[in-house]
Amino acid sequence: MADTLEPDVPVSEGIDRRRFLTWVVAAPTLVVAARLGLDVPSASAAEADVLGTSSGGSSNETAFDLYITLRSDGRVLATLPRTEMGQGITTGVAMLVAEELDTRLASVEVRSADADPRWLIQLTGLSSTMRYLAGPIRAAAADARARLVTAAAHRWRVLALSLSTANGEVIAPDGRRAGYGELAEDAARVLLPEVSPLPKNPSAYTVVGQPTGRIDARDIVTGAARYTLDLDVPGTVPVVVARPPTLRGTVQTFNAAAASAMPGVVGVVQLPTGIAVAAQNFAQALAARDALEISWGPGPASHLSDGSIRTRLRDAIGARPLPPLFTTQTLEGRFDFPYLAHAPMETQSCIARVEGDRAEVWLGAQDPKYAQREVAAALGWALTPQRVTVHPIRAGGGFGRRFFTEVAVEAARVSRALGRPVKLMWTRNDDMRHGHYRPASHHRILAYLGPGGSILGWHHRAAIPTVEFPHGFGDLLTALGGVFLPEVSSQLFFALTQHVPYHFGWVTQELRDVSIPIPTASFRSVFTSQVGVANEIFIDQLARALGRDPVELRRSQLKSNRLKAVLNKVALEGQWGRPLPLGVAQGVAVLEEWNSAIAHLIEVDVTGATPKVLRVVIAADVGLPINPKSVEAQLQGAAVDAMSTTLSAGIHIDAGAVREGSFADYAWLRMSHTPATIQVHLVRSDDRIGGAGELGYPSAAAALANAIARASGTMPTRFPILQAGA
Amino acid sequence: MPVYQFTLNGGTVSVEAPMDMPLLWVLRELLGVTGPKYGCGVGVCGACTSHLDGQAFRPCMQPVSGVAGRQVTTIEGLGGQGLHPVQQAWIAEDVAQCGFCQPGQIMAAVDLLRKNPQPSDADIDAAMSENVCRCGTYVRIRCAIKRAAQTLQSEGGGG
Repeated sequence: MADTLEPDVPVSEGIDRRRFLTWVVAAPTLVVAARLGLDVPSASAAEADVLGTSSGGSSNETAFDLYITLRSDGRVLATLPRTEMGQGITTGVAMLVAEELDTRLASVEVRSADADPRWLIQLTGLSSTMRYLAGPIRAAAADARARLVTAAAHRWRVLALSLSTANGEVIAPDGRRAGYGELAEDAARVLLPEVSPLPKNPSAYTVVGQPTGRIDARDIVTGAARYTLDLDVPGTVPVVVARPPTLRGTVQTFNAAAASAMPGVVGVVQLPTGIAVAAQNFAQALAARDALEISWGPGPASHLSDGSIRTRLRDAIGARPLPPLFTTQTLEGRFDFPYLAHAPMETQSCIARVEGDRAEVWLGAQDPKYAQREVAAALGWALTPQRVTVHPIRAGGGFGRRFFTEVAVEAARVSRALGRPVKLMWTRNDDMRHGHYRPASHHRILAYLGPGGSILGWHHRAAIPTVEFPHGFGDLLTALGGVFLPEVSSQLFFALTQHVPYHFGWVTQELRDVSIPIPTASFRSVFTSQVGVANEIFIDQLARALGRDPVELRRSQLKSNRLKAVLNKVALEGQWGRPLPLGVAQGVAVLEEWNSAIAHLIEVDVTGATPKVLRVVIAADVGLPINPKSVEAQLQGAAVDAMSTTLSAGIHIDAGAVREGSFADYAWLRMSHTPATIQVHLVRSDDRIGGAGELGYPSAAAALANAIARASGTMPTRFPILQAGA
Repeated sequence: MPVYQFTLNGGTVSVEAPMDMPLLWVLRELLGVTGPKYGCGVGVCGACTSHLDGQAFRPCMQPVSGVAGRQVTTIEGLGGQGLHPVQQAWIAEDVAQCGFCQPGQIMAAVDLLRKNPQPSDADIDAAMSENVCRCGTYVRIRCAIKRAAQTLQSEGGGG
């Protein structure tokens, strides 16, 4: 299919004052594509095949961010290269489309696109979906509306400017109405819109900014929502994999005779990662897996345990630098953070069908293009990845784990070996013990004090095992920042993201990248989950040393008015300083990141056997909250993550093996540990769109640690505080 | 292989399966009922929670032989034609994030409200702490349970 593109429509200053390009894609009904207009599409854009299912090379194709399809039944379909994992982006996108199109929210569907090189950015992470896509979505929907209005004006032979839109209809002053569905074909042939194709001013919003329930809520509560292993791909056989006891251990020898003779077993396949067993159902596959006789070789980390890892990290910190001139006192803090497993509720799962020189995989992928490349490489098609179709499926949580797609590679290999489609499931043990982990870390913070309690400097050196970043991070940061970053290293990402928001004089933060052969991945807030947390804990220590109140000290040193505003808000709403019984105290912390600012106030009771969080008060400035309910949900969930990992959840390494195997010993918070309310107050300083997915983690963790320090008299420095679990 | 007959979501089903096959796989693979999720397979996460003769249970830990002649209800059979008040409350409070654990959470909550129509916070803690939500929706689950309790009370009926 060679679609013809109409001339580019000059669009629109976005709210963030960047330019977006929109254009009509030839199709039976109106289809509008959009992209962030860093440059204009090349002349060969006319050859682009936006809606085609596959094609060869990509040199003469127009890359785009998303497209919106107006169907003749009046429904609107937004197709975007992002994956819903629980963060609510499908609802947020539907709200933006409904707003700009003046149609009902219930008329809008949002779909995740298959992996395709023409998607400019196909990665779900870095709290970027709404920040990055809101502009192109608004531009595309506003353009579509303008063409629908123009089509109606031509049909009725009236002035387009006299028409209005509401509830999915164009309305004439004389009361005539036409639904978008019946205009969708004509609108596809409108050459030039005769009304403004510019998005609305936010002050005119009636949908965006309103607390709105999830568009998929009914599907979820009825069990109708489909995750990967719920899909019905004909002929699939279930597969599980026997895995080594140590991380990245190897198969030395194996005997599958007993397993192959078990009921229902379809086949046994050796993989680089273990031995796969396929059977008629998962019960049989699991039983046969247990009957395999395998001798395992040790993995590359088999000489390492928690203690030796901590020693390596501490050793990497090195000597203290010279203090600034006039330093009269140097405060030192040391912090240790553990490895963390993402542990999404849905374990790694994939359906794969490899037939001849084509493969198709279905999985919850945060980076589908990466999955495509990896599967293609595993099948010997590194130079022709387009042979692999990747269908991103709704995921049961991601949190950074689903940037990595070993499960798809395994499933594709087994499908090819067996010559039939397979559904491969990691058990919970597999998921806990063979993941990619938020790395452990060790931190040294030095605060330099001068005469009269002045703060002359702040030096933070963090020793962190190298974080494996997905390739898509470079594309995304390039698009967001406008600076070309082809590859993102730990050092670069650290430098881009780690900031101290206070007037602390001479501030330096350094990363010591430590090579440890344990697989890693980014985790909610990436380096800030350690560096930012440690900073905010040590600021309380600084306040104690100076005899100052933690809120007052922060207020006096913060550079950002947004941070001061959210801090003041939690101090007010959380009644900072109110009288509390012995053993109960409040803690605060703040963070500014991804165009958003947040403060947490947490009250904790340390009089029992384990600390009990009594109250969490959050104030956040995410600019324009597209769906306040969704922002609140993200911040509440991140607070639960922070409480879990500060108090009780951490991964331990014993001779290269992960100790924790399920939620029985990886002590994520349960209902009984969670306070009855987690208050969220939204402060709106402007209409920029800030990130919300990761924002709520770091200052929640630090505020909890600060509350424990103030209640118990001891600053926590090693996490999780209850090493044995809650 | 033995054949087991039981009532599933109001209808009679019979399946041929080994006696020790966990009901979770019978439901998901032999009967195509995918609302109950695999989260751990060892009864510690609650993602598969369903009802056996009206009581919450874990299909991942229940051999199929033990449900012969009994009534199994999964999330798909909870509301009958419409939505159960607990499902309605889940929507009203916008509980779900990734949603994977929510069928199990809802089935656990229905069980709680049948036994205890007006649960206190401590009752909710006790009944719901065996169901993990990795997205951290506990605050909204609690609100939804309280909302459903009010609805059920004003309807004057049980769950």
